[in-house]
Amino acid sequence: MSEPNERAHNGGHHIVGPGVYVVILFSLLVGTGLTVWASFLELGPWNPIIALAIATAKAMLVVLFFMHVKYSSKLTKLTVFSGIFMFLVLISMTLADYISRAWGSW
Amino acid sequence: MPDSPLIAPKTDEVNYKADSADSPHDQHPAYLRHHFNSTDQQADATNFAMWLFLLTEVMFFGGLFTAYLIYRNWYYPAFVAGSHQLNVIWGTTNTVVLILSSFTMAMGVWCAETGRRKGLVLCLSLTFILGLGFLGIKTIEYSEKIEKHHVPGFHYSLSSFTDPASDPEIFKEYHDKPLRADMARHTEVYFSLYFAMTGMHALHMIIGIAILAFMIVRARAGAYTSGHVTFVENFGLYWHFVDIVWIYLFALLYLISRHQ
Repeated sequence: MSEPNERAHNGGHHIVGPGVYVVILFSLLVGTGLTVWASFLELGPWNPIIALAIATAKAMLVVLFFMHVKYSSKLTKLTVFSGIFMFLVLISMTLADYISRAWGSW
Repeated sequence: MPDSPLIAPKTDEVNYKADSADSPHDQHPAYLRHHFNSTDQQADATNFAMWLFLLTEVMFFGGLFTAYLIYRNWYYPAFVAGSHQLNVIWGTTNTVVLILSSFTMAMGVWCAETGRRKGLVLCLSLTFILGLGFLGIKTIEYSEKIEKHHVPGFHYSLSSFTDPASDPEIFKEYHDKPLRADMARHTEVYFSLYFAMTGMHALHMIIGIAILAFMIVRARAGAYTSGHVTFVENFGLYWHFVDIVWIYLFALLYLISRHQ
């Protein structure tokens, strides 16, 4: 019988260890605390911007480390990136339409 | 006979060539399907397919998020008043519960990859319990909405919005001004989207929890820890995706309208 970890070095499969996961868990909890704290501050238009920025930072940590994209093949990286890019194109075109349709009449 | 065609060339410790008749079954792992050249290729293809599925999920939830953003801009005061009905403490608790469950799931994948059967069963069970905990808290929140008649439909009540003082718990925290009847009506749009988005998210959690139960039974019997980790890995991707959806739901539904 081989050591449990030995299988890790066979093939191209990268194994992410508990150390990384603990650091990411801690960062996500800090991010959650931060975003709740920021929501209690009076920041006007910055409130939603900060909340969404922190949410995006947390989502990126999850995608890169918990979902192993940082350690994945180029194919996976390209797939994830193009999917998110496509989503951003769709949402920004839709919102641009709604914002600009009545331009000047308000 | 060193050149016997029956002996397939070994490329790697686990990467047996299995693409033709010159490779008998005892020369490749049982879980390697015959249309793949190697276990690596099989793992890559499955991972790619899982990501394609998750992208369709991104588009699905993306439609809901887009609808939310558009209606929030149209009926801004109604959305602010609706958002004030949500309890930030419950929302934060659920965010922490879900992040913890993502962590235990990631640890489960690591246990499977390194062949730790007991660790895998423990991690999957913790993920299962945390998932149920999330749904439990969601149930408390939903029942508050039902009691206040904030579920869209025939019994929807506008009184919290046309007369905020009639809802003292919320009023003492936010001191909202009363909405005019036509704007107050649009809080129903807010709650429709609230239930559609958190409901679809909860449905994903329920499906995930059911698959977790299945995996716990299989893992106890020794599955996933002897090299074939694809199922656990890809379920992990699904579970983390559901976590990400909640991270955005928490920000959009609970947090961004607290001060307006």
